[in-house]
Amino acid sequence: MKLSLLLTLLLFSLSLHAEAPDLNASAPDGLRKGGTLGQTLSAPPIPGDPRDSGREVRNYPEQPPVIPHSIRDYQIDKRFNRCLDCHSTSAAPAAGAPMISITHFMDRDYQVRAAVTPNRYFCTQCHVPQTDARPLVESNFLNMDHVLQQEAARRQQQGGTQ
Amino acid sequence: MKKWLKFYWTLLRRPSVHFSLGFLTLSGFLAGIIFWGGFNTAMEVTNTEKFCIACHEMRDNVFEELKTTVHYSNRSGVRATCSDCHVPHNWTHKVGRKMEASKEVWGWIFGTINTPEKFEAKRRELAEREWHRLKANDSLECRNCHEFDSMDFTRQNPRASREHSTALASGESTCIDCHKGIAHQLPDMTGVVFRQ
Repeated sequence: MKLSLLLTLLLFSLSLHAEAPDLNASAPDGLRKGGTLGQTLSAPPIPGDPRDSGREVRNYPEQPPVIPHSIRDYQIDKRFNRCLDCHSTSAAPAAGAPMISITHFMDRDYQVRAAVTPNRYFCTQCHVPQTDARPLVESNFLNMDHVLQQEAARRQQQGGTQ
Repeated sequence: MKKWLKFYWTLLRRPSVHFSLGFLTLSGFLAGIIFWGGFNTAMEVTNTEKFCIACHEMRDNVFEELKTTVHYSNRSGVRATCSDCHVPHNWTHKVGRKMEASKEVWGWIFGTINTPEKFEAKRRELAEREWHRLKANDSLECRNCHEFDSMDFTRQNPRASREHSTALASGESTCIDCHKGIAHQLPDMTGVVFRQ
């Protein structure tokens, strides 16, 4: 008797809490800010492609360098690679372009080949043009030099106080 | 046959009996306007984008490739369509080009490039024909819009201004020598030398 009463109470309290789910919940504030899930917001403007932004310093040594020029309509396929038209070993000096890194000649078995290997052929898989886009999320990334400098400064300060 | 020819020859040689000289001159003049105007109008129709992409060979291959390029879609709204680059604007050369293009009708009838595979197989040949044509006429169609005299070298990047002020200025090279594949995708470029 007591048990069944308890169960009914429990079911009743559950039914009170189970409201109809909100079909238009607010979207999590991630990369897409504001609005609800069902709402269509106007797309943000496409960041411009600075034609001749200078070469950028890499954030870390392994970073694929960003492309400091527009690559609109560049053809990179089986037939032709427009990037290598200037960045290949033979064309680079005359074109005044940095030569493709020889790491790109190494295939997946670490064998260095005579030319760019197929797995490093599609430039835009790693390299992207530098645009004037503002970062979508804040980043407090510091590169190794900064971290080391900070650490050195901290130690010096500690040494000074001791 | 001989009799028939002779009849018309005598008919044409004989002075007009019923019509005045004024009537004949005026009607000849009017007929001239109609035929000449009609000929040019018909030729202009074959110069429109709508005409070019009426065939799926053009619509699904080269026109699709053109659409993404700067010559078709750009911020200032100036567009170069098929005939702007592939047909000379000057009348005499235009008629010459149109006569050459009659072979394309043959190709269309017999379906020489009517599948993507056939088009892909012929891509290099077709591209080379067009490069050769533009090389031979000193990139005439490019120069209809892009004038050498109007170029401001200081607004070009260093490499472009170096090439334009030397090789292009001296006439040693022409537009197409460097600017291949600006409006369509390039074929397999094995062995093709770009001017560096």
